[in-house]
Amino acid sequence: MEQSRALPTEVDLSRPSAARVYDYFLGGAHNFEIDRQLAEQIAAMTPNLADTMRAGRAFLRRAVAELTRLGVDQFLDIGSGIPTVGNVHEVAQAINPEARIVYVDIDPVAVAHSRSILEDNPRTAVVQADVRDPAYIIAEAKKTGLVDFSRPVGVLLAGVVHFVPDDDDPERLMAVLRDAVAPGSYLVISHSTYEDQPQEMLDAQKLSARTATEITLRSKAAVTAFFGDWELLEPGVVHMPLWRPDSPDDVDDNPARFGAFGGVGRKPTVG
Amino acid sequence: MALSAPEISTSGAQRYAGRWMRAIARRPFVPMSSDQVESLLTEHTVRLAEALRADEFSPEAAVAVGRALVEANLTEPEALGWTLGALADHLVDDVVPGLDRPDLAARITASQAALAESFAWALRDRTFAQQERISRSAWEARNEAERALRDSEAKFRAVFSGAAIGIGIADVSGQILDVNQAFANMLGYSREEMREINVGDLFYAEDRPGMVALYEEMLEGKRDRVRMEKRYFRKDGSELWTDLAVSLIRHDDGRPRYTVAMVQDITERYALQQRLRFQALHDPLTGLPNRTLFFERLEAVLRQPAEQRRIGVCFLDLDGFKAINDTLGHDVGDKLLIVVARRLAEAVAGAGHLVARMGGDEFVILVADVDQDGTAVEVAEAALRAVAEPVYIGAHQLAVSASVGIVDRFVADGAATELMKAADTTLYWAKAEGGRGRWARYDPERAAREATSTALAAALPAALSRDEFVVEYQPIVSLGSGTIRAVEALIRWQHPTLGLLSPDQFIGLAEETGLIVRLGQWVLERSCVEAGRWHKEFPRARLMVSVNLSPRQVSDPEIVDQVAGALRASGLPPDLLQLELTESAVMATGGEPVRALRKLADTGVRLAIDDFGTGYSNLAYLRQLPLHTLKLAGPFVDGMRAQDPASVVAERIVDALVRLAHAIGLSVTAESVETAEQAEGLTALGCDCGQGRYFGTPVEASAIAALLRAAETPL
Repeated sequence: MEQSRALPTEVDLSRPSAARVYDYFLGGAHNFEIDRQLAEQIAAMTPNLADTMRAGRAFLRRAVAELTRLGVDQFLDIGSGIPTVGNVHEVAQAINPEARIVYVDIDPVAVAHSRSILEDNPRTAVVQADVRDPAYIIAEAKKTGLVDFSRPVGVLLAGVVHFVPDDDDPERLMAVLRDAVAPGSYLVISHSTYEDQPQEMLDAQKLSARTATEITLRSKAAVTAFFGDWELLEPGVVHMPLWRPDSPDDVDDNPARFGAFGGVGRKPTVG
Repeated sequence: MALSAPEISTSGAQRYAGRWMRAIARRPFVPMSSDQVESLLTEHTVRLAEALRADEFSPEAAVAVGRALVEANLTEPEALGWTLGALADHLVDDVVPGLDRPDLAARITASQAALAESFAWALRDRTFAQQERISRSAWEARNEAERALRDSEAKFRAVFSGAAIGIGIADVSGQILDVNQAFANMLGYSREEMREINVGDLFYAEDRPGMVALYEEMLEGKRDRVRMEKRYFRKDGSELWTDLAVSLIRHDDGRPRYTVAMVQDITERYALQQRLRFQALHDPLTGLPNRTLFFERLEAVLRQPAEQRRIGVCFLDLDGFKAINDTLGHDVGDKLLIVVARRLAEAVAGAGHLVARMGGDEFVILVADVDQDGTAVEVAEAALRAVAEPVYIGAHQLAVSASVGIVDRFVADGAATELMKAADTTLYWAKAEGGRGRWARYDPERAAREATSTALAAALPAALSRDEFVVEYQPIVSLGSGTIRAVEALIRWQHPTLGLLSPDQFIGLAEETGLIVRLGQWVLERSCVEAGRWHKEFPRARLMVSVNLSPRQVSDPEIVDQVAGALRASGLPPDLLQLELTESAVMATGGEPVRALRKLADTGVRLAIDDFGTGYSNLAYLRQLPLHTLKLAGPFVDGMRAQDPASVVAERIVDALVRLAHAIGLSVTAESVETAEQAEGLTALGCDCGQGRYFGTPVEASAIAALLRAAETPL
């Protein structure tokens, strides 16, 4: 029996879940008391964090819309969480109704939830897997029949790679993903950083250890390295609001306050 | 109503929507661009304003806007507050300036109420729906996990109960918690009985130390799996060999929790392996350990070079076994070997010594832990006694004996190959001592000597071709006149590392290897050349050179031609060459040597008997041979000492020998003359010539020439 590594075998509702805390910050009610308590604790320490999450969600929305307009019609959303408002499939299918999306998350509750809201959408599927097992993710995504890996794919890693500690070699994981997809594919990454950040942001990071995984903050250079030799779309790896804003007014006076970088890279076409 | 209401101001609606958006859309996440949000809010603004200015007021617009705000995720409480406040304070002024109705305040209040109510309903419905959905998702996830667990348990159960291999689970105390039927069957217990057993009770006593160590490492969490071939006791006490794999199952926090053992019955395979191993390590004829096993054991002993620990090896070889094989046939020979093997085993293996057959009729006994005083000798003697008992095979009664080479030494003294080489050498000594049923004990000094000799013998041919030999000459002086009459040519070996070697150190080896023929010829030719030169330079001296011929040279058919050739090449007159032969070479009855002597004599050379008196001369025969001189052996002259009563006897013997020689027409030369008294005594007895340290030690050819020159020079 094939089994992804490190998948939880028990559903422990006595611990907060990153996906449900995230949902709470986005204004959703897909969360429990334990999740809200943690969210309030984090918010009390870093008022910006809710903004960061919204900014991250907005970055993902802009990136997916951009890729769909560039012709990408299949997406692999790794670490999709509880996709309530502004789902990838909603954004993409609003532009191209044929777009197909495979959601991937490690949290069994998030996966069950995703299945329940997506059961009427034949162009979506949900896979339970660990971002640290990219080969399994690719294999399972193939099994859904929704993603053709011989054609360009949009691989989305929004706010998820910072849950992978250095010990798990995220560089290697990214390389496996990059190698698995066809030339012309895109990689979307948003990732928390310590660069330009006040101390409370760094302290809050420690609180996140109460969810399943601690966050590892990384430099711009480290995040850029995750794209390997892929071509970065303009404006490169930047503080998230700076990545192709809908309007110049949308950009905050201090874009660094969101504490995360975003970027999109394209796999070079052979020859 | 005649009065018509003012029109909606589009720019006012946009301005109002812009303020609205800035007030409410910053906080929550709205999955739209700000342009989209603004145009949505503009629509809501217009709807709300339209409701206020309509002829007939309806709260439907406010209801729709309240619901739409929730659907757009604009659900922050502050958003509702701003929306309601602005509706009262700014909507009319901004969007329908100048609107004035008597019921305007009531309409605004009604709109606020409707919007707030529908917002609250929508938010409550959405919250219920989302809570419901997330709870259901949580339950589904839980059910899914439990189902997966049940599935995996069911699969495990199927594997556990249906497997052909044995599976057992134990806790960290070693207590068996469960086993499958296959495991229970292997060991002959019921599953219930197995659950009463501790894993440790199943360990074979001999295996216990190693197994326990591995098992404990696992229980300490130092290793996650162990795989080995291991034996168990069945319930009936018989032995079960298994291929065992044990895996550790840990608690979530990493502490060891269970061990799972999987065992496969390999008893038959193991027995086959053992049989094959036995066959590989034993001699099929006698059943004794073979040389492979012997060396394995020997190496094992030598690998533990404890101080003062000694080891003994008896290398035994039957005497005359080949004759038995040849005369009575291999069948009898094989049966004899079987009997000997059994007797050796009975005689010494009982004491813990290993008896092995090395091949043919060679056996070896490994005597572990011998003491300095010859435990190994006792073992060898026991072995010889066992072999010496008469053997009855069919109708034959065989008297068998063996020889044994014994080596005993400290374990630390060297490798197995050296030990066995020493044993082989020692067996050879035992055989060489002649007779049967003997043993010899290794003597390192003797072995060293033999090794040196062997090395010298091997180096001889190369030394000859490299011109490492030299000839020295010892004067032979007339006792009557004191003049030098002859010189004896004596070979020396200028060895590159050992220095100058005297003939007794290598002539024997040259005899054994046969090189003596070439070496002797070389000495002969070299001596003739030197003597030829002396003769040419000092013809009046008529100095004779005396050269030793070995028995092998004498029996060499070429010898006469060689002598003639040497004389011819050197120009030396034949009567200035004397050949010294040993008694044994001369006395060989009849045959070639004697014919050769006559032919040699015919060439005109003189013949002398060397070391006369040490062999067994046939005196009657002596006078028939073409001889000229007897050289009296050293011991006769040694006996002539002043003030020694025994010297009287020696003198009488010399007197008799001189008379005898003279009687048959031979001259006499005395060897080993060391003192003036001896020279005088010999002179008085009528001895013709003397040779020895008193007259001069062997010297180089040039020294002899100098001597001759001095003799010619008038005083």
